Amino acid sequence: MHEFFAQLVNGIALGGIYALIALGYTMVYGIIELINFAHGDVYTLGSFFSLTILGALGVSGEVRGPLLIVDVGVTIIGAAMLCGIVGILIERLAYRRLRFAGRLAPLITAIGVSFILENVMQVWRGPSPVAFPAVFPTHIYNVGGVGISLLQLAVVTLAIGTMLLLEFFVHHTRFGQAMRATAQDREAATLMGIDINRTIALTFFVGSALAGLAGFVSGAYYQSTWFFNGFGAGLKAFTAAVLGGIGNLAGAMLGGFLIGIIESFATWKLGGQWSNVTVFTILVLTLVFRPAGLLGEVTPEKV
Amino acid sequence: MIFVYIGSTILVAAFGQRIHVPVARIAVYVGLALLLSVGPVLGLGSDATLNTLADAGIFVLLALGLNIVVGFAGLLDLGYAAFFAIGAYTYAMLASPQFGVHLPFWVLLFVGAALAGAFGIILGSPTLRLRGDYLAIVTLGFGEIVPQVFQNLTRFTGGPNGIAALDFPSLFGRSFGTAAFPYYEVTLGLIGVALVTARNLRSSRIGRAWMAIREDELAARHLGINTTRMKLAAFAIGAAFAGVGGVVYAAKLSLVSPDLFQFQVSILVLSMLVLGGMGNIAGVVIGSLVLTLVNQVILPQSNVLAQAAHLPVNLSNAHFFIYGGILVAIMLFRPEGLLPSAQRQAELHESVQADGV
Repeated sequence: MHEFFAQLVNGIALGGIYALIALGYTMVYGIIELINFAHGDVYTLGSFFSLTILGALGVSGEVRGPLLIVDVGVTIIGAAMLCGIVGILIERLAYRRLRFAGRLAPLITAIGVSFILENVMQVWRGPSPVAFPAVFPTHIYNVGGVGISLLQLAVVTLAIGTMLLLEFFVHHTRFGQAMRATAQDREAATLMGIDINRTIALTFFVGSALAGLAGFVSGAYYQSTWFFNGFGAGLKAFTAAVLGGIGNLAGAMLGGFLIGIIESFATWKLGGQWSNVTVFTILVLTLVFRPAGLLGEVTPEKV
Repeated sequence: MIFVYIGSTILVAAFGQRIHVPVARIAVYVGLALLLSVGPVLGLGSDATLNTLADAGIFVLLALGLNIVVGFAGLLDLGYAAFFAIGAYTYAMLASPQFGVHLPFWVLLFVGAALAGAFGIILGSPTLRLRGDYLAIVTLGFGEIVPQVFQNLTRFTGGPNGIAALDFPSLFGRSFGTAAFPYYEVTLGLIGVALVTARNLRSSRIGRAWMAIREDELAARHLGINTTRMKLAAFAIGAAFAGVGGVVYAAKLSLVSPDLFQFQVSILVLSMLVLGGMGNIAGVVIGSLVLTLVNQVILPQSNVLAQAAHLPVNLSNAHFFIYGGILVAIMLFRPEGLLPSAQRQAELHESVQADGV
């Protein structure tokens, strides 16, 4: 039973990372119906940007006290901003031209962008895993016999906090309103005076910034990263977005935590080599039997 | 003599028009076919060259198969390497000391095709109702699962190390051995069969149904086309091509292991299609030849080339960048590929105009 709860905590923390990435997938899909395949690589970029910023701050290990908040805050904001800018650039250079080109051309382009980013990171940081400083104190809180680390608490708080902020942003601000209008009917939104290019760019910025945040968190969590990290994590986060109901923010969060927990238990019960197979099987089953996901609404395909 | 026949059929099938083929054109194709098939018999081309060409030929087979799925039927399959893996592992398990089974290569060509095709149907039947981008992701998931399963079922598949010391194929009692020449000729023959098949399929009732589905699935269904069955057919036939490619690949390499069939392979084949022009058979052949040349000759030699040109670059690790760059650049600037079929080009440009209003 003890092991059960330990795995549950692991899974929830892992799920928090997936949830943060899944939010970006779901936002972009919600607004332009594109599976932004490069999103996972933006997440990896986030951990490399964080590494660079931490290096500039002179952080190479555990940080304690108020300095922890400063260092982590600066790194997160810096990595998120840089990733956000990369997201805007990707949209501008690779996707905008194809906005009217059907479904497959943008998806193929997105795969291309993903490969380019991976190669750039491979050249930048080498082909092997790179160590990431263990910024957070390793203190373990004992909650009813189950150890929970500060970092695990931070991941879950960050993920849920971000989701709530986003919900507010999308439903109670003018930009959010513009996003929803653009998602519903681009032409009508334009006629209502909404600058859809700016709205879509902003969506990419926010989604990519969240990926940058997730990149920092996963670096700190695993204390290592490498250029190909985003492929697997991106696929799992996409699975999370689909499982929760793509286009739905709360769904992405729920899906993220579920996938994290499932992966954690699959690793425990079946062995690590089966965890990917389990997650992708869930992806296939969800798409086949409930393509709208757990929280999504069933919508007919737009013709 | 048979190679001459096959070779000429290949070229006529690939480049010839159905009606009114000019005599001069036929002469050129027959000449090329003769050169390709008989040349090596007379000692033309070193072993290394033939080896590269045989590898290129396997990828031509894969690209022709994927072209049926993506180019003809418009179904984006991102897990095509899975079927390639199924073909290769079929040969590895049934023609090696692994289980002590030693079936002949020629039989396994059919078994590999059939098994891969069957898996195409198994994967396709529940998923083909999904719309395009979801289908792409499901196939990607399948493409990830298959090599992972091969890696995990160590007792049957040798795990991460795979299966080695596969039987050499033989013909009339003579073993192929390790020389590239027989593999080259076999690949050439198979490409001939594949070209004829692909070309006939394209102009058949099935082929026209595929293209109708690609352009407008709803309209196709209303015209009385059984879209699910047609899509399954595309999936199964495309998979069968990959199965054949896998059998030849395994036999030629005399080894299989899970890392030979990763996602990158699926994307490599997709890049070949996109580069040459999806849906166009000649374009696909040329796209795959060009990319194999880049992969096997230009990139490994890039240091030498760069030094010769006094350029401070080393491209030997640039595979991903090149595939990605091809996908992005072609999709953005020339979605019909370098060698488009006239029809596809017209369609693509028409749709851009229509939507852009």
